[in-house]
Amino acid sequence: MSSPATTPAVVHRKRRGAEALLIALALAIVIFAFCAVGLGARGEVPGFVAGLAVLLVVIAVATHLVVRFVAPYADPVLVPLVVALNGLGIAMIYRLDLARLDSLGEEAKQFAGRQVMWTALGLLLFVAVLLVVRDHRKLQAYTYTFGLAALVLLILPLLPVVGRQINGARIWINIGGMSLQPGEFAKICLAIFFAGYLVVKRDALALAGRRFMGIDFPRGRDLGPILAAWLVSLGVLIFQRDLGSSLLFFGLFVVMLYVATERPGWLVVGTSLFLGGALFAATTFSHVQSRVDAWLSPFPVTDGTFQLTQGLYGMAWGGLLGRGLGEGNPYLTPFAYSDFIFASFAEELGLAGSMAILLMYGLIVERGLRIALLCRDAFGKLLATGLAVSFALQVFVVVGGITRIIPLTGLTTPFMSYGGSSILANWAIIALLLRISDQSRRPPPEAAPMQMDDATQVVKL
Amino acid sequence: MTELTLTLIKLGFLAVLWLFVLSAVSVIRSDIFGAKVESPRAPKAPKQRAPKPPKGRKPKRGMPSTLVVTDGPNAGQLVPVTGADILLGRGTDAAIRLDDDYVSTRHARFSTNGEQWYVEDLGSTNGTYLGSQRVTTPVPVDLGVPVRLGKTVVELRK
Repeated sequence: MSSPATTPAVVHRKRRGAEALLIALALAIVIFAFCAVGLGARGEVPGFVAGLAVLLVVIAVATHLVVRFVAPYADPVLVPLVVALNGLGIAMIYRLDLARLDSLGEEAKQFAGRQVMWTALGLLLFVAVLLVVRDHRKLQAYTYTFGLAALVLLILPLLPVVGRQINGARIWINIGGMSLQPGEFAKICLAIFFAGYLVVKRDALALAGRRFMGIDFPRGRDLGPILAAWLVSLGVLIFQRDLGSSLLFFGLFVVMLYVATERPGWLVVGTSLFLGGALFAATTFSHVQSRVDAWLSPFPVTDGTFQLTQGLYGMAWGGLLGRGLGEGNPYLTPFAYSDFIFASFAEELGLAGSMAILLMYGLIVERGLRIALLCRDAFGKLLATGLAVSFALQVFVVVGGITRIIPLTGLTTPFMSYGGSSILANWAIIALLLRISDQSRRPPPEAAPMQMDDATQVVKL
Repeated sequence: MTELTLTLIKLGFLAVLWLFVLSAVSVIRSDIFGAKVESPRAPKAPKQRAPKPPKGRKPKRGMPSTLVVTDGPNAGQLVPVTGADILLGRGTDAAIRLDDDYVSTRHARFSTNGEQWYVEDLGSTNGTYLGSQRVTTPVPVDLGVPVRLGKTVVELRK
């Protein structure tokens, strides 16, 4: 019997067992971190650790089972990495809560409990996205719906009733007493919109154009969408005073354009547009100007550079191996639990620990790009690339700002910073990546033998 | 709590952190060293699939060398198969520019993974059919199996 050779070249293994082991290791790290924080700061293991361990194990087992049944071929290392980062973030927030309790007494604000609640909600959203989006290609049908949703989400904070201005940036909305940053969700909507748009338009963008100085530049009329994206991100910068999101949105669009068209000309155009906009903003708007000044000359310390220099001192005090969890003074930096949580980690875990954390972020991005490579359809490829790049850009903007590589901007460190919107949106991103990964690693359908006798008839006209 | 214990805890935590990172890397080491490739000769329970096509047109073994238009306005045209993707449609970038009103500009694509050819519908208006089944995902197609796009029928030949 000569059966046709239909076996695919590569058979991806599910690796769910490996995932379970890694999740167990991640949980062990998180519980270890809580114990170390308690021992370092108070000299005793916090009393709730046993209860917390039980809660964590229950949540982790539930998450693992959901992935096992809903996305069996999904990538095995994404969830453990995210669990570790999220748990470490909560441990550090708890450590800063303890410090605040010492200095302010009983009325001090406590953030760790709320962060645990947000993480639980994030996991629910993660499961919901996995259950609702059974095939990522269905999202392509809603390309322009997601584009509109992104615009609405970006405009919401500017509206009079719901919008809130906190710490100088107008990026918050207030719903029922809770503050949310709709920009975090706009990021996902924009990635879906760009992917859907570019899949359709990339041929026109890639094939037409002229060559100048060895680089293919696009046609003038094809510049429309990139100019629109530039204007929107400039609008975010001007009206919401949010440097980080502006950089994130524009960078995301330029990179996705480059990936879709394989034309480096877009990078040249995008970078020059961005530099032009940044230069314009830095000379025109006082809030951008002060950030750039603080970046270029943080010393002598003024009110404007206090946070940045405290973070730098903290990281220097951490040194190679760190002070040890609970033994440094990260609480001396303003917003050590949100914007500057990476500096807190660098102080208490040192260069060795912060490199491990950066490597975890790097692995998440690597998995995202790997998923894009494996994916079989163009929309999924672009979407996975976009999500991974937005993640990478965000980490770069935050950590780069804290370590004084670029001007400091207010973005959250994914999964670690205190903040509900960030946790929710990033869990949704991971769910989408797992869905695309599940689709692309699944073995292709077997060659169904064709039934030749009931072939459809062609109507002869 | 002595200074020594705290130092040990600190170093121990860093060690566990790196252990986690390294074990995550070891799970994905197949990215670097390659994934398991199943040998084509492995017995794969041939009884389960491939109940014989009733009309006895057995799909032939081996790789195709041409893609032939067997019916429709462009009948008789053929395009050599190299291993690169073949785009079919009315557009200018199609491998065979089909002169068929029932075919979309970018209608369907033939592609291969080196062993098996697949046909994939590119969101055409009237659909791509294998027998009576409309193609929605990339579907494996064997030698001599007619694939219908609009009023055009194409097949892979040796």
